Amino acid sequence: MALALVAANAISAVFEYDFLRRALIAAVLVGITAPAVGVFLVQRRLALIGDGIGHVAVTGVALGLVLNRAPVAVAVVVAVIGAVAIELVRSLSDTSGEIALAVMFYGGIAGGVVLVSKAPTGSRNLTQYLFGTITTTSNGDLVVFGVLAAVVLAVVLLGGPALFTVSNDEEFARALGLPVLAINLTLAALTALTVVVSMRVVGVLLVSALMVVPVAAAQLFARSFRGTCIGAVLLAVAAAVLGIVVSYAADLPSGGTIVLMAIGFFVLALVTSSLRRLVRSAGGARG
Amino acid sequence: MLVNHDHHHDHAHSRAHACQPLGDTVISVRNAAFGYGGHAAVHVDHLEIRAGEVVALLGANGSGKTTLMKGMLGLVDRLAGEVDLLGQPVDQLRERTPIGYLPQRQSAAGPIPVTVRELVRSGQLSRRHPFGLRRDDRAVGSVLDVVGLGDLGATRVDRLSGGQQRRALLARALVGGSRLVLLDEPFAGVDQANQEAIADSLDVLLHDGLTLVVVLHELGPLEPLVTRVVVMDGGRVRFDGALDDAPPQLLHMGHDHDPHGGPEPPHGLGLVR
Repeated sequence: MALALVAANAISAVFEYDFLRRALIAAVLVGITAPAVGVFLVQRRLALIGDGIGHVAVTGVALGLVLNRAPVAVAVVVAVIGAVAIELVRSLSDTSGEIALAVMFYGGIAGGVVLVSKAPTGSRNLTQYLFGTITTTSNGDLVVFGVLAAVVLAVVLLGGPALFTVSNDEEFARALGLPVLAINLTLAALTALTVVVSMRVVGVLLVSALMVVPVAAAQLFARSFRGTCIGAVLLAVAAAVLGIVVSYAADLPSGGTIVLMAIGFFVLALVTSSLRRLVRSAGGARG
Repeated sequence: MLVNHDHHHDHAHSRAHACQPLGDTVISVRNAAFGYGGHAAVHVDHLEIRAGEVVALLGANGSGKTTLMKGMLGLVDRLAGEVDLLGQPVDQLRERTPIGYLPQRQSAAGPIPVTVRELVRSGQLSRRHPFGLRRDDRAVGSVLDVVGLGDLGATRVDRLSGGQQRRALLARALVGGSRLVLLDEPFAGVDQANQEAIADSLDVLLHDGLTLVVVLHELGPLEPLVTRVVVMDGGRVRFDGALDDAPPQLLHMGHDHDPHGGPEPPHGLGLVR
């Protein structure tokens, strides 16, 4: 009863408040793009790379705040450069690469925190970009996010077979003569763009959860790679929209709420699929 | 050894020429050393494979067969020498025509389920067509029939038996319609009946002018198709020529065959001739 009331309030608020509508649109964009890039990262066993690129993006956001102009645009540039550097270090180095990546990840956060202390607005603003808040998305942000999301989706749809082939069997892709390094750099750049799309509502430190957790949930049920992609996008959009609504209704930070929603879906999927397997094996034993 | 090797090499070519005209050189390896992490594991003075040949790379475990095949494709470190693939240096292939490749094992993929059809389709990409826009589902269907997986296209690869997975990877190697196919242990984990079925389908493809290089533990059902054998031992080519000319002790890898005092191979080739 109380829940229905909250939901009704939230729905009427969507029509009443522009900021909430903008937050929902931004959430849908993140919900579509994050898992669309994340499936390839997960299949390459690089689920944590999104997290690292998010760390580097912190420096970009801080730089934007210090310059006091267009933190989103500056974040795009810094995150893409950082992502390409991370992928180059990862793919061109051997065992020492892991240390180099760690240094870049910590450097991204540390640089961001130090830089932002010199920003005219102080460090208060940085928290919004790190963990997301529903009140800050402007119309200008939405246009930028929309364009970035369209670029990410267009590349994933057009280059899907190549991204799949490289993430599924990199050595085979090289034998085919595919430009593996260029494809991997493209995936890194797409990951960086997705991090930026997420920075208002999910936050750069939490976005990689939306790249990984919905994929992890969907692969428990899907029978194909394609099915996993579609399932993960549906779950992520649902988590993002529900997260925004709950965040508004209960006055909670949106990024954390969205990610907890996605984790809730994952746990639900895990329990259901385990139960299903139990029932099936019990049925098999009877039969 | 070098003299011996060259002698047989020339011999093989004259013999093969007598049987059928051979086409252009498709793979050329010259004074090459291949390895991993800066350490050379395989040395090849001269190895040339021409269009229309069916070459079996034989040798015991650890003899360097797989490294040599990967070297031909530019997939391992080349520490010296030159490799030409389809007439171009292997690391400069800008317009790489499709090459069919069956790796010894699929490199580690993540947890996401992949269907047989999705896996096989990936073999249709090439440098010229990296977007898969010329995807041909009929080719996928017919190559799945060829390897005997026609009914399993929608099945998850990780739910197949080991032999079925091998055949799915073989289908991926063949689906691009490549004229040059390199197979690393195509029969690992495949039962006798399916080995013969695969050999039959390769026989059909060979009539269309396929060039085939196959890493094998034993010739098995491919024996009638093979036009030349290259026997590896201790990272070097010990014999290169027609099967009939191969010294039996090399093929059988007895206990006291090695004139160089190198390490004994773990076990014989099991070639019954």
